[in-house]
Amino acid sequence: MTIDRREFLKVSAGAAGAVTLSGLTGCASTSVAGGKAKVVVVGAGFGGSTFARYMKAWSPNTEVTVIEPLGQFVSCPFSNTVLAGTNKMEDITMPYDYVKKAVDNWVADKVTAIDTSKRTVTTAGGKTFAYDRLVLAGGIELLYDKVQGYDAETRKTIKHAWKASPDQTGVLRQQLEAMPDGGTFVMSVPMSPYRCPPGPYERACQVATYFKKAKPRSKIIILDGNPDVASKKGLFVAAWKNHYGYGTADSMIDYRPNNMPRAVDAKKMTVGTEFDDVKGDVINVVPPMRAAAVCGMAGVRNGNNGNWCAIDYLTFESLDVPNVHILGDSALTNFPKSGSVANNTGKMCAYALSEIFAGRKPDQSPVVTNTCYSAGSDSVAFHVATVFRWDPEKKALVPPKGANGVSKEESELEMAYMDSWAKNVWADTLGLPENYNFTTKG
Amino acid sequence: MKKSIALTLLIAGTLGAAASAFASGHGDPRARFMAANCAYCHGPDGKSRGAIPSLAGLEAKYFVDQMKAFRDGSRPATVMQKHAMGYTEAEYEVMGKWFESHK
Repeated sequence: MTIDRREFLKVSAGAAGAVTLSGLTGCASTSVAGGKAKVVVVGAGFGGSTFARYMKAWSPNTEVTVIEPLGQFVSCPFSNTVLAGTNKMEDITMPYDYVKKAVDNWVADKVTAIDTSKRTVTTAGGKTFAYDRLVLAGGIELLYDKVQGYDAETRKTIKHAWKASPDQTGVLRQQLEAMPDGGTFVMSVPMSPYRCPPGPYERACQVATYFKKAKPRSKIIILDGNPDVASKKGLFVAAWKNHYGYGTADSMIDYRPNNMPRAVDAKKMTVGTEFDDVKGDVINVVPPMRAAAVCGMAGVRNGNNGNWCAIDYLTFESLDVPNVHILGDSALTNFPKSGSVANNTGKMCAYALSEIFAGRKPDQSPVVTNTCYSAGSDSVAFHVATVFRWDPEKKALVPPKGANGVSKEESELEMAYMDSWAKNVWADTLGLPENYNFTTKG
Repeated sequence: MKKSIALTLLIAGTLGAAASAFASGHGDPRARFMAANCAYCHGPDGKSRGAIPSLAGLEAKYFVDQMKAFRDGSRPATVMQKHAMGYTEAEYEVMGKWFESHK
């Protein structure tokens, strides 16, 4: 473990003295009184990195500390193209160097405790950091216990690949490469809400595009916990028909709704559902999930039966614990849990806090957007796009008429846009310079 | 890249120049936030990598005209009609001015 920081914050000195805080009831009166506000960000994914960069840009006096255990950023968006063999792990892996330069302190460690009354965060290395505002952007926690047999030993063989990494996405790709032609790939879709709603269906397309070229007699069985395709249904079903014979006796894809994986067995290589045991040569089960473990530590994981974090849409502050803000996949919202949303809500939270620290009221009519592409093959893609605006009556962010929808059909143009989207969201999230050499192929 | 795509992208047209819009601490914070909303597709500072057009340095009138054309469907679009329907005309103006002044 290394701690890279310009200043270690002594807890005894406290950070709160410099700032007047208003807590839960809105933030109009909060201002920085001649001192620096201290913001601690936990997690440097699409939400946390974007927040940290924009917080410094829009409120340069704010002291921003980022705590992130991973040494590099690995993108979940585009990771299905690694399964297809179009890209390699190194193509979706990028450095944190530029975010590190933008913030005051970068702590390469895991958070082990959060005390929201003292307003401190403690790491595995035993360091404690004081905050005025805590931003939790830890993504998701996977619940292996909800799937019988998904223990540490089984996890050596059966991968979720729902947090992209060499050990997950990289190993799953190797398993697919080692699978003989005529084999069966069994994959799952978790119950909504889950990270990246179209992701599993895109995964089926991307593995199928590989099989079509390299192992055309192979099959893909999709075990979906949901009653139907949960995202971009018409477009995915069309892609399965257009490219992989779906709907014919020869279909490469066997889609099974209402088939929640209840058990896995790495020796027999089976996935158990309520109905039967499904045998596969390669198995990819994404277990149920909830907001990141750090949200539990902060006592903010109280929404939706204790799975996600209820937030105030104007500031992304927890509805339960003052001065704790939750970004990205961990938040309980009506937004899809996408990279674009994490990036955009990171900016929204930075905007709200920069206004609060400047002694102003945060924007009372914010706008947040989502644009999400999925690849139906190695040459075509399609989108969903939505603008969410504050509705004072509903007290929620909802799309105005016409500001929500999907592609009419898949296209090569949208594949070019998907590739460009990835480069731009990575650049925006990580502060990559204009001459950064991207290696992805879209 | 396929020819048809290249042509579409050419029509979209881009401009570019130096100066950091991202780091700018001046002006209307709401305009700055609205403009930053565009960045995950159009690039930080509105400077795009790849096929999606850049926004940095576009003339405000051109920006507003395009948003109106996306909204009424007179300019063909993939995602942009939905985005145009999500903002008001006054917001088109604010964003257009912001991108014009940040090259």
